[in-house]
Amino acid sequence: MTTVKKLLIGATLFAAICAYAVYQRYGEHRVTPPIISQNQPGQNISYKDGTYTGNAVDAYYGNVQVQAIVSGGKLANVTFLQYPNDRPTSKSISNQSMPYLKAEAIASQSAQVNVISGATDTSQAFAQSLASALSQARN
Amino acid sequence: MQQTRNLMGMHITVEVRDGDEKQGCDRVFEYFQYIDETFSTYKPNSAISQINRGELAESQYPPDIKKIFMLAEETKKATRGYFNIWRPEGFWDPSGIVKGWAIWQASLLLERAGHKYFFIDAGGDIQGQVEDAGSQSWRVGIRNPFKHEEIVKVLSITSQGVATSGTAERGQHIYNPFKPGQQLLEIVSLTIIGPNIYEADRFATAAFAMGREGINFIESIEGLEGYMIDSQGIATKTSGFEQYVTN
Repeated sequence: MTTVKKLLIGATLFAAICAYAVYQRYGEHRVTPPIISQNQPGQNISYKDGTYTGNAVDAYYGNVQVQAIVSGGKLANVTFLQYPNDRPTSKSISNQSMPYLKAEAIASQSAQVNVISGATDTSQAFAQSLASALSQARN
Repeated sequence: MQQTRNLMGMHITVEVRDGDEKQGCDRVFEYFQYIDETFSTYKPNSAISQINRGELAESQYPPDIKKIFMLAEETKKATRGYFNIWRPEGFWDPSGIVKGWAIWQASLLLERAGHKYFFIDAGGDIQGQVEDAGSQSWRVGIRNPFKHEEIVKVLSITSQGVATSGTAERGQHIYNPFKPGQQLLEIVSLTIIGPNIYEADRFATAAFAMGREGINFIESIEGLEGYMIDSQGIATKTSGFEQYVTN
């Protein structure tokens, strides 16, 4: 094995360990996404209690697969079984002085546009996987 | 003419407003089909899958694979190592760089075919092209990371690229931006305007991974502007960002 390869593997391992440490410290293992609370049509849907695994859905950067836990007839928790990892999650610890940049509160706009930029692909895959998990839980 | 297709697990929209518009759209979709067949790690017969199984010697790599590996290495250096296509699990996954590069290549393909007024949008990453920057522009909305159906900015873009990296692509924080206690550190969306979508996308990816410092990194790079939204709904913008904002 060449030194370059060793270095590469070493660096990758180190990054993975750091990312995991950060994940343990800051990560949310169980998420209850607003998308659910927004989209939940109300009390008229009831589910059978249990744990349901959704389909793995291709989100281009990787698969998204969720597990839904239903308790008391309601969606209690969603956990990720698979998630794309193309975004390194290591955290910057640099303390270098930074230029002051202007900040503002975001505000929604009603203007017409040709096209929208946003990171949405994975959330669609998420919704699909969750929907397939919940379809198994339908009474 | 505007057409949308679902390819590579995302919506790809092409709008062509000059020449043979239908043919222009078709060219782009055909190109993305080729990209998917070459670079998809989900397709066992793709070149990248063959490489990951050790079936192709480096001398046998297709030219576009070589190109992407070269660009990925260059990007890794330019982003202080924040961009890396080598997965900890032990295989190459260049999809993080292929998307932006492919959109850019598709736009060059349209240009070579004589088109001068179009945009290509692949999963929210956009390359615009106009013939006359004085009179034409594309209106690009920045999606509200908290409300899918809303936009929070309107940009006026000419022959440039706009890419957004967000929590939707970053597992653990993805849908829980309002949880008290830890969100001050968290960035939920970072939009980059660059000279083309390749530059915008690769720097959006890397800068997003840097967390709050990412916007300063973008500020330090000439030709890039950025708009970063944190989990409190507070946006920070680079010093030249406002020139692209319209109503």
